[in-house]
Amino acid sequence: MSTRHVLLGLLAAGPSHGYDLKRRHDEQFPQARPLAYGQVYTTLQRLVRDGLAEVEGTDSEGGPERTLYRSTDAGAHELTRWAGEVMPPAPFVTNEIFAKVVVSILASGDPAAYLTAQRAAHMARMRELTAVKTAPGTDLATALSADYALNHLDADLRWMTTTAARLTTLTAEVDSA
Amino acid sequence: MSTPLLTGRRLFKAHGSTPALRGASVELHPGEILAVTGASGSGKSTLLHCLAGIVRPDEGTVEYAGERLDEASEARLGELRRTEFGVVFQFGQLIPELTAVDNVALPLLLAGTPRQAARERAIAWLERFGVRGQEALRPGEMSGGQAQRVSLARALVTGPKVVFADEPTGALDSLSGEQVMTALTHTAREAATAVLLITHDAQVAAYADREVTLRDGVLAAEAAEVAR
Repeated sequence: MSTRHVLLGLLAAGPSHGYDLKRRHDEQFPQARPLAYGQVYTTLQRLVRDGLAEVEGTDSEGGPERTLYRSTDAGAHELTRWAGEVMPPAPFVTNEIFAKVVVSILASGDPAAYLTAQRAAHMARMRELTAVKTAPGTDLATALSADYALNHLDADLRWMTTTAARLTTLTAEVDSA
Repeated sequence: MSTPLLTGRRLFKAHGSTPALRGASVELHPGEILAVTGASGSGKSTLLHCLAGIVRPDEGTVEYAGERLDEASEARLGELRRTEFGVVFQFGQLIPELTAVDNVALPLLLAGTPRQAARERAIAWLERFGVRGQEALRPGEMSGGQAQRVSLARALVTGPKVVFADEPTGALDSLSGEQVMTALTHTAREAATAVLLITHDAQVAAYADREVTLRDGVLAAEAAEVAR
């Protein structure tokens, strides 16, 4: 994920300081790894260097002095460009699940047993995500994040189901040959 | 774990010469939400029909709370379906001539509840499923998601011990499906109603507590046993 664009997006709501940006990032992307403070400040300095953000001033209300940052026009422009940019529809075949099945077939292993166990693990995770998503009072960011994970796990599962069926057909063909 | 509420043991059922179930066994515990998944033609719906006493298995036993359903009379099965079981299908199978509230009140009227009390309870259930205000509409005047929530209200209005749901979101878009599944599972968990949920969709199965997979008329785990 592009941290600089996510920070630009958070700054679009108005000037903010590093601590606040980190907190809002972690709230909006609960499934992502929490941002390190060091990364937030390094990214903010690069945004300033590239003219996409600037220092608004300092805010010392109720605590230590903090530098407030705001987005520039160039920053807003860059954010719009990035948000509308189409991602390459990459074939996600570098996934380790895919690799394990292929290697297992090559090595005459038991891919069907692996697929059954992997399905159980996927389903367990999907049950957790569904419970989170449908709990009363779930906020939008959490629901969106759970939906995203659920749909990707579901895509894995559909591929695993098709693969298990293909393996059965293949075995039947080999046995009858 | 608790004593199962509903048990199917070594169930066989053929449609003509086509076997649908080939020795499937399954247990549903009180208050449990169990997803039965599997490919088209794996026997999921036939399993539901046998367990709900809608069809009799050719071989094997079905036991509900200590009572053999495969040997029960049609009258007794009808009574169970009116009082202890609720059923939801892919297409709600609401009665098109009746309004939403009359559709939901129908099982209560059949069980002898006075008309006014039946209507009041039906309205309370429609409200619970977020379709209050639609009570005067007929099924043809509702969206698919609304009609399915009315079907859920009808299945749950009698306070059943088991709800049988066969692809309840099969005809719905993803958000309508989510509303239906959330309403079904939250209500079932509150009332400790067991649910047997048939689906081919993993995202729907993820609302359940547990999943079993049917393959060629037996549970996948049983198929693995046989293969050994």
